[in-house]
Amino acid sequence: MGAVIPLVLISVLVWYVTGPGAETISRGTPIPDVTLEMVTFEESEIRITVRNTGPVPIRIVQGDVNDRIQPSAVEPDGYLERLETATVRIPYEWNEGEPYNVGITIHDGTRFDRDIPAASLAIPIDLPRVGLLALAGTYIGIIPVFIGMMWLPFIRRLSSRGLSFFLALTIGLLLFLGIDTLEEALAISSEGISGTLNGGLLIAVAAVSAFMVLQCISGRLGHARGAGFGAALMVSIGIGLHNFGEGLALGAALNLGSLAFSAYLMAGFAIHNTTEGIAIVAPLSSHRRTMRKLVALGAVAGAPAVLGAWTGGFSYSPITTVIFLGVGAGAIFQVILAISRWIIPSWQELSSPPVAAGVMAGMAIMYVTSILV
Amino acid sequence: MRRSRIMILAVSCVSILPLAAMLPDTTAVHEQTFITHSGAVITTTGEVLDPLYTASTVEFDPDRYLRNFEYGVIHEDDGRIIREYTIIARDDLIQEISPGVFYNVWTYNGTVPGPTIRATEGDIVRIHFINQGAKPHTIHFHGTHPAEMDGVFEIVGQGGGQFTYEFEAGPVGVHPYHCHVMPLEEHIVHGLYGVFIVDPAEGRPPADEMVMVLNGFDTDFDGENNFYAANTVPFYYQHHPITIQKDDLIRIYAVNMVEFDPINNFHLHGNLYHYYPTGTDTVPSHFTDMITLSQTERGIMEFSYQYPGQYVFHAHKVEFSEKGWVGTFLVQ
Repeated sequence: MGAVIPLVLISVLVWYVTGPGAETISRGTPIPDVTLEMVTFEESEIRITVRNTGPVPIRIVQGDVNDRIQPSAVEPDGYLERLETATVRIPYEWNEGEPYNVGITIHDGTRFDRDIPAASLAIPIDLPRVGLLALAGTYIGIIPVFIGMMWLPFIRRLSSRGLSFFLALTIGLLLFLGIDTLEEALAISSEGISGTLNGGLLIAVAAVSAFMVLQCISGRLGHARGAGFGAALMVSIGIGLHNFGEGLALGAALNLGSLAFSAYLMAGFAIHNTTEGIAIVAPLSSHRRTMRKLVALGAVAGAPAVLGAWTGGFSYSPITTVIFLGVGAGAIFQVILAISRWIIPSWQELSSPPVAAGVMAGMAIMYVTSILV
Repeated sequence: MRRSRIMILAVSCVSILPLAAMLPDTTAVHEQTFITHSGAVITTTGEVLDPLYTASTVEFDPDRYLRNFEYGVIHEDDGRIIREYTIIARDDLIQEISPGVFYNVWTYNGTVPGPTIRATEGDIVRIHFINQGAKPHTIHFHGTHPAEMDGVFEIVGQGGGQFTYEFEAGPVGVHPYHCHVMPLEEHIVHGLYGVFIVDPAEGRPPADEMVMVLNGFDTDFDGENNFYAANTVPFYYQHHPITIQKDDLIRIYAVNMVEFDPINNFHLHGNLYHYYPTGTDTVPSHFTDMITLSQTERGIMEFSYQYPGQYVFHAHKVEFSEKGWVGTFLVQ
């Protein structure tokens, strides 16, 4: 009962300020806000996914291309409540590779627009495209991770100082991936999610939630401390979530035409992600493991890139992407914490040259390879 | 223990509920078709967003405005013709200036443009001006008149302020009138303007006469026009062609009231027109199909069509025509 009273009181307060008290409290004009979440180029048509991200309902009344009014349609209808979405269809003979600025106008005459750097045909859902995206995911996720894991025999022969260096290297790699993921999430949030939806805080919620969930799981499994398959699995899960986000971003970029599908790009991603393989096998240095388990670890880390590429390529939404990237970042930071507690039991260890050098080297390797992407 | 778990569950459910709004709406709607600028027929299950097909629903009637001339209440005094008008300014109307687009227009007698005032050279024009707006307004006529009738320093206060403008109509031609209260651009672009025609005493040859105010609206206040038109409503005469007769003399009184953009222009298809700048001379300066006009630049265009059919006229600054300043003549 005691828990219900505050809820009742807050309900009464909300009812009052939005109902009878609204007149005396309201000042100023609520400014409509609209986000053009996604623009796709179909055959002779441009499609815009529009979300009402403002404080008041709006009506979409016009579509344009390069600020020139075009006869167009809005489905299912132009009236959007808060957070509701609609698709604006603008029949238009667009030109491959040219930049476009597409816009919509709402009932009060305000125009909202979005720049597309280069128009490119949206990926239709057919077998060749599914295959192409799977291939892209395989190149950026699965293959590099497995190649990176082949350092395992080398790591096993290392001295304890050498091993410390490689585990610290893993921390550096993961730290870089975590920051990279957050940065990517913030970029997508500022581009595709309006301020009213608090994209940045959504990332924080997703990241912290993922962190806590994984912390619970690893605590239950008892694998949080010490090396072994459990630790490697946690690293794999963390990297897998990161790679899902990476695949998502890649698939979406390919579909939206903001990225050219080039061999150079694939090569860059592959080199960059090979380092992830080291992170997985580093905890396995003193443990004998079967080939099957190694393959499983690699699959957990790499395969999500394919799933991500499919998801991003076929049904992209900035909100889900930002959530996934946030989850990926949280997972990676949890893995960093787990490995750190294991190789750096005290602050003295952090000042040991192999650990310091490893973290720095990990960051540096990731930075240099990221330039290739 | 159990109760607290239920509480947590309930709070979680309530906090997740708003996410449902992000799911796509799957309401089924009947199909409609529309035609693109290049002629393709498109089918949609949603709503058509197209100024061409819904222009008849807007509040201002460009068809009526086109050939409507206000000669005033006429009486004679010592052989002099006196034309009396009452013009009321308002600044509170919200009008649908393009289908679905609602904009706060500032109006003379409730419309943008205001009424077309027409007199003959030498007539006395007497305008009873009442400002029913919430801001001060005036009427500043282009033409010849005493300084105190210029509508610049004689600010007419809001909420019922009055002033009577009185002057001898002249010179012959087509002139704009507009509010001249600062900030001037704001008072003009919201719609406080209209056309003032002074006919020569001997008259002009009979013709099918029409008024076209070339105007624009900056509906999102970013210093650029979102819409352009001949007579306020974008694309109106494209969807509702102006019917004229083959071989008839057509006379257009055209006034450019577009702000923000330095120029506007008037291009006629399938024909050329005789152009009389400001309408002050009886000899045309050009025989052309393309005249460029700066702010409040205006003139008279005369032409007749030899062949029946549909002919486009539009700004050859085609950005403007793609934002609404385009129309057609249907020659019968």
